Amino acid sequence: MYRSHILVCGGTGCTSSGSAKVIEALERELAAQGLSEEIKVIRTGCFGLCSVGPIMIVYPDGAFYSGVQTEDIPEIVTEHLLKGRPVKRLLYQETVAEETIKSLDETGFYKKQKRVALRNCGVINPENIEEYIAYDGYEALGKVLTEYTPEQVIQIILDSGLRGRGGAGFPTGLKWKFAAANKADQKYVCCNADEGDPGAFMDRSVLEGDPHAVIEAMAIAGYAIGASQGYVYVRAEYPIAVKRLGIAITQAREYGLLGKNIFGTGFDFDVDIRLGAGAFVCGEETALMTSIEGKRGEPRPRPPFPALKGLFGKPTILNNVETLANVAQIILKGPEWFASMGTEKSKGTKVFALGGKINNTGLVEVPMGTTLREVVEDIGGGIPNGKKFKAAQTGGPSGGCIPEKFLDVPIDFDNLTAIGAMMGSGGLIVMDEDNCMVDIAKFFLEFTVDESCGKCTPCRIGTKRLLELLDKITSGNGTLEDIDKLEELCYYIKNNSLCALGQTAPNPVLSTLKYFRDEYVAHVVEKRCPAGVCKGLLSFEIIADKCKGCTKCARQCPVGAISGTVRQPHVIDKAKCIKCGACMDSCSFKAIVKK
Amino acid sequence: MKSLEELRAMKEKMQGKMGIRHDSETEIKVVVGMATCGIAAGARPVLAAFTEELAKRGQNHVAVSQTGCIGICQYEPVVEVYVKGQEKVTYVKMDAQKALRVVNDHIVNGNVVTEYTIGAAINNK
Repeated sequence: MYRSHILVCGGTGCTSSGSAKVIEALERELAAQGLSEEIKVIRTGCFGLCSVGPIMIVYPDGAFYSGVQTEDIPEIVTEHLLKGRPVKRLLYQETVAEETIKSLDETGFYKKQKRVALRNCGVINPENIEEYIAYDGYEALGKVLTEYTPEQVIQIILDSGLRGRGGAGFPTGLKWKFAAANKADQKYVCCNADEGDPGAFMDRSVLEGDPHAVIEAMAIAGYAIGASQGYVYVRAEYPIAVKRLGIAITQAREYGLLGKNIFGTGFDFDVDIRLGAGAFVCGEETALMTSIEGKRGEPRPRPPFPALKGLFGKPTILNNVETLANVAQIILKGPEWFASMGTEKSKGTKVFALGGKINNTGLVEVPMGTTLREVVEDIGGGIPNGKKFKAAQTGGPSGGCIPEKFLDVPIDFDNLTAIGAMMGSGGLIVMDEDNCMVDIAKFFLEFTVDESCGKCTPCRIGTKRLLELLDKITSGNGTLEDIDKLEELCYYIKNNSLCALGQTAPNPVLSTLKYFRDEYVAHVVEKRCPAGVCKGLLSFEIIADKCKGCTKCARQCPVGAISGTVRQPHVIDKAKCIKCGACMDSCSFKAIVKK
Repeated sequence: MKSLEELRAMKEKMQGKMGIRHDSETEIKVVVGMATCGIAAGARPVLAAFTEELAKRGQNHVAVSQTGCIGICQYEPVVEVYVKGQEKVTYVKMDAQKALRVVNDHIVNGNVVTEYTIGAAINNK
């Protein structure tokens, strides 16, 4: 029996800010002070507040430490764990109250969140199946196998209103129903963990923090459609997720929760991992299955849909990680419970990976119907440095931007589609007044051009031409005609590409054109980048009146473009200048301006 | 694991071990004074005794924690027991043996061990 449990985040965010070393130091210090028998250290999944990692929470007090460094460990052990005095300077600021430590749930970041898919992340040790079992793990699988027929399971999922969290929002129950209806000697359940959007890490965190939730849901899906084999397709760039998933599968087999005759009911199901090599297109369902088959990851036309002819030509369902993470909860708490959250057509919650110009970078889960303003301002803690919100990009390279005027639109699948963005898998990148929207569109286009598999012409050549047009505009050589051409080409690619990668690739361009056309126009007509980002349209100048001739900028300039004598105003040679901005950053007199 | 019953038995066993990982109020809280004075007077074995005995008896609804000096150093080791809805009880000059009795009489059976309380200590002076 341990009198205290210390939960240290072992998610990717905290691991990269040094949580592994913190855990080592903690275990060493506990041993040195003779506390190892009384205090247990647990490495968990993501807590969500990645921006202030490494994160550590001490129970039973519920003290939440942020930004913990190895040097802080002796103080925490001596003061808090031995003497019972929380180290206030290291507590997450919002939880510090006069006399007591406030609960984490009362902080701005967590107050409006509702954790369903992430319920165990940061709570259990993902490498210990027994901890998952303590939190109702595999109870749903047991219930399904002993109490429900496959048809009843599908009906429960249909009634819950669960829709695919991978982006398109297709009703999960319907997908299962189609696959169940097709007779075959072998069917498959696949889990899409090929999360490829820049800035998205929702599925990664679920796999790292609660891998059994995905495995259990796959087994439930297997029972519902009549499949005995599952595959998780996860990218090799997620080493922690792959490792924990592997451990989880091994443990589930050892405990008889995967394999033959599960719970003595005669139901057989097993899961294997297939590693993806990081191609974005493999997140598309037909390309993913082709890749599992051992072939080159390229999409194929639909129909036939996977429910009829999927993996190895057999009926297959493919669900996203976050979708699956909801399934066991729906079985246990009932479809009514799930349907009570969210909006009319989008039930439940959604996980977002908050990034970009936002104070609380991290992982949040909110009920559908929460407004973007609540996510950005209340949970995200607003924009750093007092800057102004400009737009948020949802859905990564397949999505679009949401301008300020839609901050109060309730987030759900249909509302986001209606305003030209999309739910996407849940990446949410916040942009402020310093972001150029043309440059943002170009960034995402560069990504899709790289990731286009090349099988169909509209996507392979079309996206390349789009990028060339954007390059022309951002370098100051664009015309108004180019903007029209850009738009026309977007619709062409959208309508003619083979798979969703190409069909959605123009979205960032179309949505920025829709809401920030004036910025495009400023680039081509005034030859000016309003946000001051596009280098081709920038120039740096020294204001002679303010320049003291200190020579600092001339010494900073990497290309020797600044000249002048000491105590005399300096000048920048625009032909040599590479517009890096180093001079402006170095000037103590604010004598250098960007135009 | 061959049946749902086995799963449920394991769940119950594990829940006991993980009960302290909730922010929700526990019904009973045992707080041991662990300032320098408390440690010098022997608070460490007292804390350990409480933890072990509570575990042995499966008292998962009880949280054990520590606190700093409450200013009565001559009475250390001091232990406070908070039972929800009742006034707190302060035990003084504790040792491991006394801790076992507090667990048995007070926490398990609900009878305050009056002779160890601060009131008794002052009256006996």
